[in-house]
Amino acid sequence: MSELSVKHLLGIKYLNKNDIDLIFETADHFKEVINRSIKKVPSLRDITIANIFFENSTRTKLSFELAEKRLSADVINFSASQSSVKKGETLIDTVNNILSMKVDMVVMRHPNPGACVFLSKHVNASIINAGDGAHEHPTQALLDSYSIREKLGEVSGKNVVIVGDILHSRVALSNILALKLQGANVKVCGPKTLIPKHIESLGVTVETDLRKALNWCDVANMLRVQNERMDISYFPSTREYTQQFGVNKALLESLDKEIVIMHPGPINRGVEITSDVADSNQSIILGQVENGVAIRMAVIYLLASKIK
Amino acid sequence: MSKKVLLSSKEIQIILHRLACQLLENHVDFKDTVLIGLQPRGVFLAKRLTNLLREDYNVKEINLGSLDITFYRDDFRRGEKTLEASKTQIDFLVEDKKVVFIDDVLYTGRSIRSALTAIQSFGRPAEIELLTLIDRRFSRHLPIQPNYRGRQVDAINGEKVQVLWEENDGQDIVYLINE
Repeated sequence: MSELSVKHLLGIKYLNKNDIDLIFETADHFKEVINRSIKKVPSLRDITIANIFFENSTRTKLSFELAEKRLSADVINFSASQSSVKKGETLIDTVNNILSMKVDMVVMRHPNPGACVFLSKHVNASIINAGDGAHEHPTQALLDSYSIREKLGEVSGKNVVIVGDILHSRVALSNILALKLQGANVKVCGPKTLIPKHIESLGVTVETDLRKALNWCDVANMLRVQNERMDISYFPSTREYTQQFGVNKALLESLDKEIVIMHPGPINRGVEITSDVADSNQSIILGQVENGVAIRMAVIYLLASKIK
Repeated sequence: MSKKVLLSSKEIQIILHRLACQLLENHVDFKDTVLIGLQPRGVFLAKRLTNLLREDYNVKEINLGSLDITFYRDDFRRGEKTLEASKTQIDFLVEDKKVVFIDDVLYTGRSIRSALTAIQSFGRPAEIELLTLIDRRFSRHLPIQPNYRGRQVDAINGEKVQVLWEENDGQDIVYLINE
């Protein structure tokens, strides 16, 4: 088993356990590469990758671009705000125009769920989903699991709680799928209004008491409240949200054991976690960012090797 | 498929001693020398030679590393399969050192070409030499020759040289396989 079972990375949903293991093993090698003084390998020198972002992003876009450059791929960047999309061009037309300039791979972020799946059926290129609406964000979930594996040795059997805005979060769904696939126990915790109905059908349990959830877990993945996706008020005030679902140093220290704190970024300091927690030894937030580059290099490398 | 023994365990042993002596002759105390086994199969030979130099020839300090060339190969996407990487472990600087690449079989020379590129990520060596157990004559695609060779063989294209090591495969033996 030395190649991925898929041609695109559209979501964790389409991967199997072997795929995840292969991505992690490959990422181990790339992590060694990016810690050298010369952090670049020439593998993808004949590949061109387009980063198409229809939604804002700093971390993910930078991380993908860096991963592509470290693999020596040629990179073109495109963001919707400065493009013909504003003039009424359709998604397929936009992408096909880019592909006719001989592009081999597309990394796309789009506000609509399923945009990448749709695109993969209509264009002839390898597609990587960099986030589609509130649906999936597979590379984030992979780097989160990879960071847990690095910190705790393995993912299987670990208790992970995902705290916050589960309803609007693509990170939550991809994380749940990835963690379950690797045999972790997953709990979600947040205000009832921000937890989707029937989420138990994904094999997770729901907890509305943050202290109980933290006492149960080995790892807490803190999500950001996505105000930009909220059309109505889901909780009375930010202050009340912080009081019930924010993690602070005092709360962490009152727990029975030392847990690992993760956050996919961007952090709203003082809302979901306080600054002293974000910067503490228990937090692996910056480690996640470093691993993000290695994971994306692995995914791009493995998918690119299937382009003939 | 027919299989012919090229080197027996005893012959390999004798050759390893000769190669160790040749290295010793050129590098004396190995102060400015680093040995680099090329992944995956060159690493066994590199470890053997290092042990031999340490134990039988009393060389105290030898820097030994392993280099994976997967990401530097020129046949990425040309084969059917995804190229699988191995571990690179070089815990020292190669800047201004004499580097000796160690591999089991020298065939087209393309792996060595990749290794020459890969090693640049770890600094600028003073010089680079090449040691191989088996040198397949007349099959080079690139102008690359070994500085130290165990045995030279004339193998035609349909034939394959297989080097087995006791620690990995159960016995030391080199086969010429005709497929």
